[in-house]
Amino acid sequence: MDKSLTWREFVITRLIQACCYSAILFVLLIFFFLLREGLPALAEVELESLSNIRWYPIEEYFGILPLISGSLIITLGAALIAVPFGIGTAVYISEIAPRWMREILKPLVELLGGLPSVVLGFLGILIVSPYLRTLLDLPTGLTAFTGSLLLGGIAVPTVVSVAEDALDAVPRAYREGAWALGATRWQTIWRVTLPAARSGVLTAVMLGVGRAIGETMTVMMVTGNAPVLAVRLASLFSPVRTMTATIAAEMGEVANGSVHYHVLFFIGMVLFLISLGVNIAASSVVFRAKKRAERILS
Amino acid sequence: MAANKVVIQDLTLQYSDGTESLRGVSMEIRRNAVTVLFGPAGGGKSTLLRCLNRLNDLTEIKASSGKVLIDGENVLDPKTDVIVLRRKVGMVFARPVVLPLSIRENIVYGLELAGEKRKSQLDQAMERSLKLAAIWDEVKDRLDDPAAALSGGQQQRVCLARVLALQPEIILLDEPTSGLDPISTGKVEAALQELKKEYTIVLVPHSVQQAARTADYAAFFLQGELIEYGEGKTMFTTPKQQRTEDYIMGRFG
Ligand SMILES: Nc1ncnc2c1ncn2[C@@H]1O[C@H](COP(=O)(O)OP(=O)(O)OP(=O)(O)O)[C@@H](O)[C@H]1O
Ligand SMILES: [Mg+2]
Repeated sequence: MDKSLTWREFVITRLIQACCYSAILFVLLIFFFLLREGLPALAEVELESLSNIRWYPIEEYFGILPLISGSLIITLGAALIAVPFGIGTAVYISEIAPRWMREILKPLVELLGGLPSVVLGFLGILIVSPYLRTLLDLPTGLTAFTGSLLLGGIAVPTVVSVAEDALDAVPRAYREGAWALGATRWQTIWRVTLPAARSGVLTAVMLGVGRAIGETMTVMMVTGNAPVLAVRLASLFSPVRTMTATIAAEMGEVANGSVHYHVLFFIGMVLFLISLGVNIAASSVVFRAKKRAERILS
Repeated sequence: MAANKVVIQDLTLQYSDGTESLRGVSMEIRRNAVTVLFGPAGGGKSTLLRCLNRLNDLTEIKASSGKVLIDGENVLDPKTDVIVLRRKVGMVFARPVVLPLSIRENIVYGLELAGEKRKSQLDQAMERSLKLAAIWDEVKDRLDDPAAALSGGQQQRVCLARVLALQPEIILLDEPTSGLDPISTGKVEAALQELKKEYTIVLVPHSVQQAARTADYAAFFLQGELIEYGEGKTMFTTPKQQRTEDYIMGRFG
C-alpha cells in the first residue's frame, strides 16, 4: 500500500483511540476525586450519626436519610407520572396519530425536552405551587408532590422520544401479522407492538428516571427544602429536600476540608452509586432482551 | 351456492406516492380451488391480496375504486366490519411471522383475540388446524417449545395453522414458500391441495414452476393490469396472450 496512506490510517486510528481513553480517564478521575473527598466523612462522622434522621450541619447533625428519602420519594412520584404519560404519548405518536399530526408532535416533544430546568422551576413557583396550595388546602405549595409533578414533566420528553424510536423500529410485519389475524388496533398495540419493543421502552423508562434523580435546579426551587424524613404518604404533600438540592445549596458556603464539606461529597458518592445502579439495571435488561431477540431470529 | 366465492369488479388502486398498482382489474375467484396470481415484480399481486382482507386500510392510499364482492357483499364498503372480515379471510405472509411464544400459544392466539377462553375449544382447534397444515406429527410432542425454535418450513406451516384455527373461508398466501427448501415447499403445496376441498385459496407463488404445479385457475398480472385469466392447465400449456407466453417461457424484459 501507498506509504503516506498507511501513515494516515495510523494517525487517525491513534487519535480516535486517544479520544476514547481520555473520556474514560476523565470519568475515572472524577470518580477518584469524589472518593478522596467523600470517604473521609466515614472516618469523621460515625456511621450511626450519618444514618440518623436529622440533617442540621450547623450543629453537627449529619443524618443523610431525610435527603435520600426526599430524592427517592420525588423520583418515585415523577416516575409514576412520567411512565404512563410518556409511554402513552409514544404509543399515540407512533401507532395512532395520522402522519401530519406525528410531524407536528415529534418536534414539539423534542422542543419540550430542551426546556431549561430553571424555567420549569420558575413556572413551578409561580403557577403550579400556588395552585396546588389552594386546590389541596395545604400550608405551603412547595411540596414533594410539586417536585414530582415538575420532574415528571421533565422526564416525559425523554421517555417519549426514546420509547417512540423503539416502537417505530418494530417491523411492520409484526403488526400486519396481528391485523391479518383479526386483532383490533388496541390488541395489536398491547399484545404485539409493545411487547416487541419492550427492551427499548424499558430503556426509555430508565433514562427518564435517571434524568429525574439527577435533576437539581427545579427541585431546589419547588420542594421547600426541608430535610424531613419522608416515608409516609402524607410526606408527599409536605416540603422535602433532595440530595442534589442539598449539595447545590450548601457547597458554596462550606469551608474547604471541613466535616460538612466531606459529608456533602459523601452524598455525591451515594447519588453516583444510585445512578450507576439504575444504569446497570437498564443495560442488563436491554442485554437480556437482546440475547432473547438473537435467539428468536437465528 | 354460487361457484364464485369472490367477484372483483373494475378494481383500481393508487398508492399515495402516485403509483397506480391496480388498473381496472375484474375477475372471479372460485370456491374449493387454488387460484394463482402470478407475474413479474411490482405487478400488483400483493396489492390485490391486501384488498381482499382490507389490510391496505393501514397503508396510505390516494385513490381506489371498484368493488370486491365476497359472498355477494362489497367488502370495500366503509361499513364493513374489518375485524370480522379478517377472521373470515386469513392471510399467510412471505416471511413466517411467528410470535415469540410457544407453538401452542401461537396457534390459539387469533382465537384468544376473538375472545375464546374455553381450554377444550382451544385445544381442539389447535389439534385440528395443526393436522390440516400437515405439521401435527412434527410438533405434537413439543407444543410448549418456543415456535421460533422450529425450522423455517415448520414455522411457515405453524403460521398456516394459526390462520386455519380461526376457521376462515378464504386463505390468502403471499409467496409462502419463498424462503423454504424444496422439501418444505412440497409439504406446503401438498397441504394446500388438501385444504382446497374445504376452503377457497388464493396463492401468489414464488416461481412460474410453482404456479404451474398448483394452479387450478391462474391470473397473469403485468404492471397493475390483469393480462390473462383462465384455467391453470391451459394457461401454462397454451397461453392466449403473447405477453403471457413470453413470461412463462422466461423471455421477459
Ligand atoms: N405501501 C406502498 N406504498 C407505495 N407504493 C406501493 C406500496 N406497496 C406497493 N407499492 C407499489 O405498488 C406496485 C405493486 O406492488 P405489489 O407489492 O402489489 O407488487 P407484487 O406484484 O406483489 O410484486 P412482488 O412480486 O415483488 O411481490 C409497485 O409498483 C410498488 O412499488
Ligand atoms: Mg408481492
